[in-house]
This record gives sequence, C-alpha cells and structure tokens, in this order.
Amino acid sequence: MMLQYLALAAILFAIGIFGVLTRRNAIGILMSLELMFNAVNINLVTFNKFIVPDNLTGQIFAIFVIVIAAAEAVVGLAIVLLLYRNWQGIDIGNINIMKW
Amino acid sequence: MFGVEVSQLFFYLLSFIMIVSAIYVVSLRNIFHCALFLVLCLFSVAGIYILLEAEFLAAVQVLIYVGAVSILMIFAIMLTSRLANKKIIQSNDNVTVAIFVCAGFLLTSLGSFGYSVWKVVDSPLPENNTLTIGKILMTDFVLPFEVVSIVLLAAMIGAIVLARREKI
Repeated sequence: MMLQYLALAAILFAIGIFGVLTRRNAIGILMSLELMFNAVNINLVTFNKFIVPDNLTGQIFAIFVIVIAAAEAVVGLAIVLLLYRNWQGIDIGNINIMKW
Repeated sequence: MFGVEVSQLFFYLLSFIMIVSAIYVVSLRNIFHCALFLVLCLFSVAGIYILLEAEFLAAVQVLIYVGAVSILMIFAIMLTSRLANKKIIQSNDNVTVAIFVCAGFLLTSLGSFGYSVWKVVDSPLPENNTLTIGKILMTDFVLPFEVVSIVLLAAMIGAIVLARREKI
C-alpha cells in the first residue's frame, strides 16, 4: 500500500514539473509549485505512517512545508502584482531585465 | 477506521480525482478554471491525508490551502489577467522537452523505489493525532516553530512593502 502512495506523489510531482516548465503565466507557475509542495507533503506523511509510526515527525515536517508554501505564495503573488503594474502583463517571456 | 477494501476504493477514487484535476491545472487555457481545479486537487489531497490517519494535517490543508492560498490565487488572477480573452496562449514552446523531463523523472523515481527495500513497521500511529502534534511542537520542535513564525512575519511585511503603491 505504501508504494501506491509514493507512486501517487511521484505522479503529482511530475505534473507539477510539467506545469512549471511549460506555463507562460506567472500565476500558473505558482499553482504548479503548489502541486509540487503537495506531492512532497504526501511523501512525508506516507513515510511517517509506514516507516516511523512511533512519532509524528513527518507530519510536523509537512506542517512546516505548508507554512513555507503559504509564505512563498504571498511573496510570489505580491511580486506578480508588481510585475503587472510595471509591465502591463505577467508573461514570463517578456520579463527579462535580469538577463545580461 | 474503514475496512481495507473500502479504504483502497477511496484511495483509488481520490487519486483519480487528484491526477485528473492536476492535469487540468497545468493544461487548461483559462487560468481561472485552472485555479478552480487546483481547489479540487487540494481537497483530494486532504482526503488522502485522512486515509493516512493524519486528521490534523487534513484540517490544516483545507484551512490553509483551500481556504487561503487558492483564494489568494483567485484574487491575483482577477486583479491581473484578462479572463475573457481565450486567445492568450498559456504554454511556451518547450512542451516536448517538458514531457521528456517528466517521463524521465517518473521512470527513475518509480523504478528506484520499486526496487528499494523499505523497513515497513506495522504499528499504529499515536492515538490522539492533534494532541500529540501539539505536544511535539511545543517541546521538541519549539525552535523551528518560532523560526517559522518569524519567516511568516517577514513574508507578510515583504508582501506589504512590495505591493504598496508609492515609491519606497
């Protein structure tokens, strides 16, 4: 049963990678990142249940991952709003001021 | 909680919903529909947590992800993009490369953990999930707990400073 949970998390993570690589929209990239965070959380909780069921370390780690994901979403969406205000669009291909 | 067959059935149902909605999240044209499917996907992840006997985490998932993060995404979508225009192409020109990368990742990860040996321990989780998590957070993990609260404060201040209108 454990392998099925791990396979599910791997498939979700792969879909997230696909979204990050192919999206042109900054908000789409952020949503794919959330998918990848969730895949990692499923992995942590699965290992906690099947490998170390005596303590709840995996679930604690999953809570910390959720907190960091919330912080990342907040800052990322603020950056997206700033980009929209200055470039009139959130197409990642147009935003290249850090290229040299 | 359930019998084994019932929980297997729920697992397959939830994972089907999760994978289909995740594919919709990364592939639909309309970014608003993507956000709605993201809500569905996060709900099914909460169901998976319930199957894994992590009830507190399932509640946190519904509260934070479904209640806060995806609503924030929907706010940002409504503030930025022009939803009516369906002609905006949402994917760039490296779809083929991305498919190869995903297939490679899936093959390596599925193959590696299919062949590795796990020491599966068959003992139950602690009885009262939320109580145990609270005790661990306040004893063993109290320093990471405080640090992560500072991280949240810094993220909040950073978002306010970034998004305000006048020049710094």
